[in-house]
Amino acid sequence: MNTTEITNMNTILELTVANHPGVMSHVMGLFARRAFNVDSIVCMPLPGNAGLSRIWLRVQEDRRLDQMIRQIEKLIDVSEVKRHGPGHEVFTAIAPYFE
Amino acid sequence: MQSYTGADIIITLLERQGIKTIAGIPGGANLPIYDALARNGRIRHVLARHEQGAGFIAQGMTRVSGEVQVCFATSGPGATNILTAIADARLDSIPIVCITGQVPSSLIGTDAFQEVDTYGLSIPITKHNFLVRNIAELFTVIPEAFRIAASGRPGPVLIDIPKDVQQARMEVHSWPDPGTPDKPIAPERTPLIEAAAMINASRRPILYIGGGIIASGASKALLEVCEKGSIPVTPTLMGLDAIPSDHPLNIGMLGMHAARYTNHALHACDLLIAVGSRFDDRATGRVEAFCPTARIIHVDIDPSEIDKIKPSSIGITGDARLVLEAWIPEIRKTDRSEWITEIDELRKRYPLELPGADDPMSSYGVIRHTAALLPDDAIITTDVGQHQMKVAQAYPFSTPRTWLTSGGLGTMGFGFPTAIGAALQAPDRPVVCFSGDGSFLMNIQELATLAEENLNVKVILLDNQSLGLVHQQQDLFYGSRFIAVNYPRKVDFAAIAKGFGVDALSLGEAEDPSEALAGAIQRPGPCLIHVPIDVYDKVFPMVPPGGCNTDMLTHTN
Repeated sequence: MNTTEITNMNTILELTVANHPGVMSHVMGLFARRAFNVDSIVCMPLPGNAGLSRIWLRVQEDRRLDQMIRQIEKLIDVSEVKRHGPGHEVFTAIAPYFE
Repeated sequence: MQSYTGADIIITLLERQGIKTIAGIPGGANLPIYDALARNGRIRHVLARHEQGAGFIAQGMTRVSGEVQVCFATSGPGATNILTAIADARLDSIPIVCITGQVPSSLIGTDAFQEVDTYGLSIPITKHNFLVRNIAELFTVIPEAFRIAASGRPGPVLIDIPKDVQQARMEVHSWPDPGTPDKPIAPERTPLIEAAAMINASRRPILYIGGGIIASGASKALLEVCEKGSIPVTPTLMGLDAIPSDHPLNIGMLGMHAARYTNHALHACDLLIAVGSRFDDRATGRVEAFCPTARIIHVDIDPSEIDKIKPSSIGITGDARLVLEAWIPEIRKTDRSEWITEIDELRKRYPLELPGADDPMSSYGVIRHTAALLPDDAIITTDVGQHQMKVAQAYPFSTPRTWLTSGGLGTMGFGFPTAIGAALQAPDRPVVCFSGDGSFLMNIQELATLAEENLNVKVILLDNQSLGLVHQQQDLFYGSRFIAVNYPRKVDFAAIAKGFGVDALSLGEAEDPSEALAGAIQRPGPCLIHVPIDVYDKVFPMVPPGGCNTDMLTHTN
């Protein structure tokens, strides 16, 4: 799907990824190459498991998103992608730090 | 227990992967790897003259065998030079492993001599890539690279290894198992059965098959399915060797340079069964006008391909061979003579035209004459341009993995080093590279490699002193305002080949071109066969860029 359809709806993506220096580059490069805007990012290692991190992304919901998610799922370093609605608290909880 | 350097570990792991030949070029940052290669002594190294050549030699070996092959380059310019061959492998889903040397870890990020961010540069053009951070990682990274390259949808993997990691030492207790491909992805049963029912109920189906048939070894299953259901088959450029060209159900390549009847048949079909093909724009033309009345079944091993370009009624994620094999008992024997007669009538009205096919001094003629001199298992490579499309139209392929061409990336310079790789892999089979003068100049330095390896590679150089396909487009679509497209200074390619130590002849100077061609093809060893071609000898039919596949320009309109 090639046409961009901008809506005001956001989607929150939760990625479980391998924890090494190249992962952010792989994930963010995928969005950048397709001119797909990511407006918020949070990333932290998962406790108790040295090898995994979690990346939270807030992205615009548009017609390319399904294809985008399929592409993320193909990344070798990404073990899981979950999709959440716009109201997920991960970004509302840290919002005070951006005031 | 024995102590090994990182470089020794790399070479030992490659040997354990079954690697027998590696193409590459040494340099400062991969010298320890080369030293380990020298000390190992069991792996043959082929010294390319440009890293891109090394990448394509590895591709040639892989495309012929289906097995993962390896190329080496040093850091900086070595790495940037090889990237084109890697990107090409990515677009055509070819599993190769590229190992690049990198400056020592302590110098990374300092703009050290011959430092470039190979990891960053290769992210978008590889299936996956690694920057090895310590010697112990080699034990997981190298087998994993082979597993990833060959599993699911195949693709290139790059491993960037800093020099200090190559020089570090460690004691080795045991070696990891070689990396092997994951089991092929088996399709889900329900959509498979629904799809079979849809095929059985259709009156005018067409199988639209691509490189996935070759990658999964599905040619035999494809024939069983199409014959049982009497389903016409159109291969893409990447699938041309998946079904014999003279098979009665093969309706020829589709798309921009298809025979017109093929595109018209697709326009009329009621069910398009895409297997291992990805609705590339060169195949579909204007997407909205492609198979406008058809429902679509799309089978692909890569779930992101399904519904990417055109929504399907049924999408099946799975290995093409497994899907086709599962369909064999489900597809009903069906009489589709009405549909096949309809296509035959289209074929009579809009046939494939190969003007000059009888004349060995014409482009189609030299292709047909060469084909007549070669056995079915001869390997054909091409570069990119008019000659490539003409070979695709005119060469009678019959055997999988005999047709090696740059489909997705369209890389000029692909054909010649790929032919060298093919000949290394299959030294007993003839290998012919059809090239154009524009393309050949892009990797002409590999004549030195060919001469040295003395392989049975024939280059048939169609020389129109021009970038022919660009010339054609400037002529047709840019008011014949030719710019930057002609090479007015005639090049003596035969003399150049001889200068490198490769036998050569010019058909233009031969008394009997047909006989000269036959003699050159049948003489073992390398040879360049030069064929002068008229620059206005265009490749038709052609869908104008952005046009609908049924609106084709031809020799006459």
